[in-house]
Amino acid sequence: MPSSKYETVIGLEVHVELHTKSKIFCGCSTEFGAPPNTHTCPVCLGHPGVLPVLNRQAVEYAMKAAMALNCTIGDVSKFDRKNYFYPDLPKAYQISQFDQPIGLNGWIDIEVNGETKRIGITRLHLEEDACKLTHVDGGFGTLVDLNRGGTPLIEIVSEPDLRSPEEARAYLEKMRAIIQYCDVSDVKMEEGSMRCDANISLRPVGQEEFGTRAELKNMNSFRGVQRGLEYEEFRQADILDGGGEVVQETRRWDEAQGKTFSMRSKEEAHDYRYFPDPDLVVLHIDDAWKEAVRSSIPELPDARRVRYSEEYGLPAYDAGVITASKPIADFFEGALNFTSDAKAVANWIMGDLLAYLNGNNLELSEVKITPQGLGEMIGLIAKGTISSKIAKTVFKEMLETGKLPAQIVEEKGLVQISDEGAIKGIVEAVVAANPQSVEDYKAGKQKAIGFLVGQVMKESKGKANPGLVNKLLVEVLNG
Amino acid sequence: MSLFQYRLSELHNMLHAGQASVSELTEESLSAITRLDDKVNAFLTLNEEGARADARTLDDKLASGASRGLLFGLPAGIKDNIVTKGLRTTCASRFLDNYQPIYDATVAAKLRQADAVTIGKLNMDEFAMGGSNENSAYGPVRNPWDLERVPGGSSGGSAAAVASGEVFFALGSDTGGSIRQPASYCGVVGLKPTYGLVSRYGLVAFASSLDQIGPLTRTVEDSAYVLQAIAGYDAQDSTSAKVDIPDYLSALTGDIKGLRIAVPKEYLGEGVDASVRETVLSALKVLEDLGAVWEEVSLPHTEYAVATYYLLASSEASSNLARFDGVRYGVRVDEGGGLLDLYLNSRSRGFGPEVKRRIMLGTYALSSGYYDAYYLKAQKVRTLIKQDFDEVFKKYDVVIGPTAPTTAFKLGSQTEDPLTMYLNDILTIPVNLAGIPAVSIPCGFAEGLPVGLQIIGKEFDESTVLRVAHAYEQHTDHHKQRPQL
Amino acid sequence: MSITVKDVQHVARLARLHLSPEEEATFTEQMNAILQYAEKLSGLNTEGVQPTTHVLHVSNVMREDVVKESLTLEEALLNASEEEDGQFKVPAVLE
Repeated sequence: MPSSKYETVIGLEVHVELHTKSKIFCGCSTEFGAPPNTHTCPVCLGHPGVLPVLNRQAVEYAMKAAMALNCTIGDVSKFDRKNYFYPDLPKAYQISQFDQPIGLNGWIDIEVNGETKRIGITRLHLEEDACKLTHVDGGFGTLVDLNRGGTPLIEIVSEPDLRSPEEARAYLEKMRAIIQYCDVSDVKMEEGSMRCDANISLRPVGQEEFGTRAELKNMNSFRGVQRGLEYEEFRQADILDGGGEVVQETRRWDEAQGKTFSMRSKEEAHDYRYFPDPDLVVLHIDDAWKEAVRSSIPELPDARRVRYSEEYGLPAYDAGVITASKPIADFFEGALNFTSDAKAVANWIMGDLLAYLNGNNLELSEVKITPQGLGEMIGLIAKGTISSKIAKTVFKEMLETGKLPAQIVEEKGLVQISDEGAIKGIVEAVVAANPQSVEDYKAGKQKAIGFLVGQVMKESKGKANPGLVNKLLVEVLNG
Repeated sequence: MSLFQYRLSELHNMLHAGQASVSELTEESLSAITRLDDKVNAFLTLNEEGARADARTLDDKLASGASRGLLFGLPAGIKDNIVTKGLRTTCASRFLDNYQPIYDATVAAKLRQADAVTIGKLNMDEFAMGGSNENSAYGPVRNPWDLERVPGGSSGGSAAAVASGEVFFALGSDTGGSIRQPASYCGVVGLKPTYGLVSRYGLVAFASSLDQIGPLTRTVEDSAYVLQAIAGYDAQDSTSAKVDIPDYLSALTGDIKGLRIAVPKEYLGEGVDASVRETVLSALKVLEDLGAVWEEVSLPHTEYAVATYYLLASSEASSNLARFDGVRYGVRVDEGGGLLDLYLNSRSRGFGPEVKRRIMLGTYALSSGYYDAYYLKAQKVRTLIKQDFDEVFKKYDVVIGPTAPTTAFKLGSQTEDPLTMYLNDILTIPVNLAGIPAVSIPCGFAEGLPVGLQIIGKEFDESTVLRVAHAYEQHTDHHKQRPQL
Repeated sequence: MSITVKDVQHVARLARLHLSPEEEATFTEQMNAILQYAEKLSGLNTEGVQPTTHVLHVSNVMREDVVKESLTLEEALLNASEEEDGQFKVPAVLE
């Protein structure tokens, strides 16, 4: 927070694309990456006379997400038309939900600075996505690709409960984790399957009433959301400090410049003229349907985190990091089928694995290492077959080839030498070749032994058991 | 004598006996259009080559003895708000002057499956908004009984084409009376089915919660055949009803003994021409003679129907017609002023005055601050109007009255005052609001112009409606009268 | 409630209709007449009456999540008056 005079108030609107096979109101594929306008039909092109038919899977995915976010599922839900003209909206209305959304009054818990805080969710509703626009001719023309138009979306609106950009980021990351666990979306901000707009305002500490808010758009990553909000906090605090007034407006976050800019528009105040879509009928969601969907929700991140602490004795921090991503948590559990050392698995995941993924901007699914590989590798270390140092090489090889550690060790001849006789031979040779170091050692320079150990390891190509090397060196030198 | 003087069942017998061919029927239709349509102006687009080719195929089928569809060989006209793949569909709007549909409406596909021959697309009020056909961008249709008069609307082209013998039957659409009122003015049979009985997929939406497609024919029996062919659940229309479709033909027994008829006093009161009232009362006498009994009842919320309808229909229309933006199809006026100008200019040049008026009214009724007072209020009054019918149908089998308060009026006589024009629909609108079926059948003439009798039934009880209409028709010959053109 | 030319201009803008001054005047007059007529509804007591969106009591109409064949690009663009690179083209929003 830039100044302790103000309290920040943030509310987020999150849009998540549901990964159904077909669009929400027609049978066109939702697959990403097809040539423009090849996933279209009269319905999603908004031709005269067409009618929408609701995709059951989209409804159930929305219900599943709403339940996982602790929302109440309404007994009756309906669809409304939101009317406005824009080239990304072929019917000039978006089929959305106005006063009877799928879910209401939910919450999620976030952890910031070691403290848990509950953030309210006002509502979760189902709607159709808009089309993709590409600006051409130096900004004078726009091309419309309707492939994305009609992809099912859920919009999740939070209460203005967030008090810092850090909390906003934690909320988003938690939401992503929950939705990812539910397996209803890819939830990738960078690819647009999860999008976030924010409302942010400041008020003097102790004031009840909210300050004037700005709506922030175009934040395309978790980091972007946090940075955009941080910038906005400073900007608004500056205005207030100077005795000015914050203007209620929509502002665009510019990632490259690290600033927000006012999106001026002459567009009149929005009047969406919502009314019930007469082409669709109401949804009656009875208890049996709710239960059927509820039973499809897997163990969610919070529950898993607690279980990892209790069952495997993982520190809370480790459990939190690992359960934040479902593929990682699944990988963790998978590895435990091959080793019982949960802490070692956690360390390898949090250290080498995540560092590699983050450093190379990769998803877990994009590397070849298997849970079995990691589990078995930990077993080889425990047995002394390979050293921790050699294990780093094995791990890297597994990332790239997916081979099991035993095979890698075999192929590359990486087995640790624990045969005293063999090591003693090398030790004696090294001692003979480095009289100066031996002299230093004998003169009391303990450091010299480190150099000699290094030489033995070098000679053995890193394979000598370091404990034995130490022991034998001392024996030979003192002998 | 025209082949279209025969009923469908008679024509099928003749085809079967080799006394006529599908090609002859098709040529009869095409030559009648050549002879008459300069005067009547019922057709916007002809499917001449397609129809001839279809006729040849069907004649081959006839010769081969293969099984034949319910509407085998019959020349049909389709109202131009029902999309037909590859056959221009304009909604009688300049906006869609060049629109080539990329799909078939469900009813268009059903006509094809039933072996009907599509002759062409019929004139109408632009986007089905109007009751006189004077709102067509392609000039008004004229009433075959008096070319100086309107044919009614919005399915004016459908009614006039059937009345003049240009086609054997036609499809129309009815949002507030758009099948029944022109049927009444042109002396033909026009049926509006229960909402949800016939798929709306491919019907260019005017007011989605009210629109329904139905047949216009010369006889009730033909109407039953066409309904049989087009009714039924459609997975592409979420508002389509999953009901069993009865055999409508078998309902035409001629027996209406003991039938209980309700005659709403509001349907014969002020505003209804004396000559129309007299004609309807004589029709009721005929039904009485056939063993039915009628009593006067009240549908107390009738006076609110027109206001309710115009608020609801215009609101839905304002949203339904928003997709006509000049981007993916239709008129596009781009004068370099950017996107907003493209929208404003394309829509302003593409739409006629009545369409603009209703879009304006509907946009206003839905806009912030007015929704509760207009749209929501109208939806509640709609409930009351439906309850009026529910109440009456507890005691009666059908409700009968005139279809329209007057006979066909002179072209241009009501164009200045939209409200007066709207009030012509007072007797047909309540039926759409209640979603129930009704037919208009010829029941006589007043000063040489046809008068329509409206028979209204319970939800999905088209069978009773048709049975009553058929019984009446069997004992009168109004439907055999033809205009001299 | 009586509406003014200014209201008509606002509504026309919402509906993306460009009206001439004559049309604005005519519509103001006609819409006032129609809305005045519609005022009769306000006198009717509708307390406790449920609004009717659908006359049919149908609910839960849904399709299964099955992909159907899409149109060809040619069909999708058939009626477009301006296209580029397989996409519909519109002018930019000018401010």
